[in-house]
Amino acid sequence: MKHMKKINKTFASNLITYGMVVAAFLLCQLAQSGTLEWFKMSRSLRGQLVPICVYIVMAVSLNLTVGISGELSLGHAGFMSVGAFSGILASQLIAAAFPEASLELPRLLAALITGGLVAGLAGVLIGIPVLRLRGDYLAIVTLAFGEIIRNLLNCVYFSIDGSSFHAGFLNPSLPGKLLINGPMGATGVEKLASFEAGFVLVIFTLIVVLNLVNSRSGRAIMAIRDNRIAAESVGIPVTKYRMMAFVTSAVLAGMAGALYGLNYSTVQAAKFKFDTSILILVFVVLGGIGNIRGSIIAAALLTVLPEVLRSFGEYRMLIYAIVLILVMLATNNPAFKAALGRILPHARRENSLKEADKA
Amino acid sequence: MKKVLVIALALAMMMTACLAFAEEAVKVGVIGPLTGANAQYGLAVQRGAQIAAEEINAQGGLQLEILAEDDQADGELAVNAYNKLLDDGVNVLLATVTSGSCIAVSDIAYEERVFMLTPSGSADVITEGKDNVYRVCFKDSAQGTASAQYIADHGLATKIGIIYNNALDYSMGIYQSFVAKANELGLEIVAESAFSDDTNADFSVQISQMQEAGAELVFLPIYYTPASMILQQANAVDYAPIFFGVDGMDGILGVEGFDTSLAEGVMLLTPFSADAQDELTKNFVTTYMDLYGETPNQFAADAYDGVYALAAAMQAAGVTAETSPEDACEMMIAAMQTVEITGLTGTMHWDATGEVDKTPTAVVIQDGVYVGAN
Repeated sequence: MKHMKKINKTFASNLITYGMVVAAFLLCQLAQSGTLEWFKMSRSLRGQLVPICVYIVMAVSLNLTVGISGELSLGHAGFMSVGAFSGILASQLIAAAFPEASLELPRLLAALITGGLVAGLAGVLIGIPVLRLRGDYLAIVTLAFGEIIRNLLNCVYFSIDGSSFHAGFLNPSLPGKLLINGPMGATGVEKLASFEAGFVLVIFTLIVVLNLVNSRSGRAIMAIRDNRIAAESVGIPVTKYRMMAFVTSAVLAGMAGALYGLNYSTVQAAKFKFDTSILILVFVVLGGIGNIRGSIIAAALLTVLPEVLRSFGEYRMLIYAIVLILVMLATNNPAFKAALGRILPHARRENSLKEADKA
Repeated sequence: MKKVLVIALALAMMMTACLAFAEEAVKVGVIGPLTGANAQYGLAVQRGAQIAAEEINAQGGLQLEILAEDDQADGELAVNAYNKLLDDGVNVLLATVTSGSCIAVSDIAYEERVFMLTPSGSADVITEGKDNVYRVCFKDSAQGTASAQYIADHGLATKIGIIYNNALDYSMGIYQSFVAKANELGLEIVAESAFSDDTNADFSVQISQMQEAGAELVFLPIYYTPASMILQQANAVDYAPIFFGVDGMDGILGVEGFDTSLAEGVMLLTPFSADAQDELTKNFVTTYMDLYGETPNQFAADAYDGVYALAAAMQAAGVTAETSPEDACEMMIAAMQTVEITGLTGTMHWDATGEVDKTPTAVVIQDGVYVGAN
């Protein structure tokens, strides 16, 4: 009976998460359509809808590694860049193969799938050596891998000449139209991404992550996080489950990257540097490590915030930083939590549970 | 405490809103890195454009207002800045400062029909196939080709070495076109060596490679900060070839702690030099020095000329503050090809491709100042 209650509770919690995303999507659609005079969306916000979706997926997928699996990864932007470039290539190749047809949706889908697969492959390759490490060591190595990916992508060249396809490394001279041009990145990308696609990707990510977390595998992953030795002693294959979380996270990041790449006419490897990885980690930390709903809210708010602060001119980034610090302090303030607990009794219970965990 | 903060924030917002409410002026949007690692380029453009706008406003008639938004040299933020500027009702764009974000913005501006003139975005693809995108500076490939041509024409050297930044699109673009033209002209490239932004402090490997290959001239298609380090480190090992730079090298004499005697004999191909003795440059440099306390660089000069070019085209086309960006776009395209202005970077006019036609001038550094090299 108690077990049933627990399942119902997770189900309700997940339902709130999905409902929140769907409601936000519907509100945005309403504001975008401009049917209500007093409820319209500025151009500036409209332009950010796709990046918001992308960062939500990035944050949720990183939360899978950092929060659920308990590994500090500082190279998440690396997977995003792999996804972005492979996704762009896939969409361009399909366009070149079928020049007549307008295949926007299949091309977008192919890009997302390719981006996810290639990033997943990179996740496996990186995971094999990296997941032998723990804690700080793992953080440093993922950081290094992120940088390696970025530097490699700076040297990659792809071109298409009629129906033949050329690839090169380190400044070759390739015939035909360059799709990916070293440090200049991919240029002339057709904008296939849309807010609807972003929404579908967010929902897909939530389905994957929430189901994984609430599955047998998810419980194994969390058991390893909480006590590795105990988990090993009851026969949980540690490497397998750590790898599962890491690769799933990489696949989702790759899909987010592909969507991101197809939202701009140009993408450069320099975009996916260490700062971007840290930015996503900030979303996760601010939203609450292990808290999927928190990641979604934090990613959306913190993506919009710097744009809202533009009216402060040159003090913008200073104020952004101050807001970040204040939010961090406020959310960790016992008085604030108690106040929140009065409004949401459910949150208080979770908090007191966490306090008990710490003790 | 919280209330005070809220009130203070509200007041601050109201003030900025009041300041933005000025008289009917044509709004020119500037997008560039005003913060972050590339802030010096964006700020130079913002300041150069501001000086030009104030000069034009003082003449009466056409009034301009410069609205600058930060993009941190990032494509995503540049698109955000572009949307913000259109929300704020700009008529035309003087954007963007850096190549990467310029490519991102130019594609949208082309689709949505907003006229843009980039002061300093030099990648070739920015203007390709876009009738409403114009450029003040030279494109990368033109610089590389012109440099190789100049070296061959003046017989400066036969053995050439190149040190370039393989993670910087600006450097790669010039480098590739330089190599292509040099091969065509029969110049012998004896050594090529690359570095990236992550390794731009120690150039001993690159310098010894140049030295061992016996390069008589080292071509540096890079910005002035790494270039100043290359000059210092080459001097330390007594290697003194001719150093030849492009417009990114402009500013090298202003690097803090740099011994300008090391730059003696350095040649660079640039359309602007702050030490030129003509009236226009002298006035601009004085005004800029007074306002911002530093010598203006190439970017400031490009922006200054860009605003004058936009103003000339607006006057020719009759663009006013009421003209929508879409209408202004078509009017500006037609007018842009008729204007000819003489600015800080030479006498320039534009053709339908959006590329500027002006003469690159080679300068050589002598006694710490630029001297014409012809």
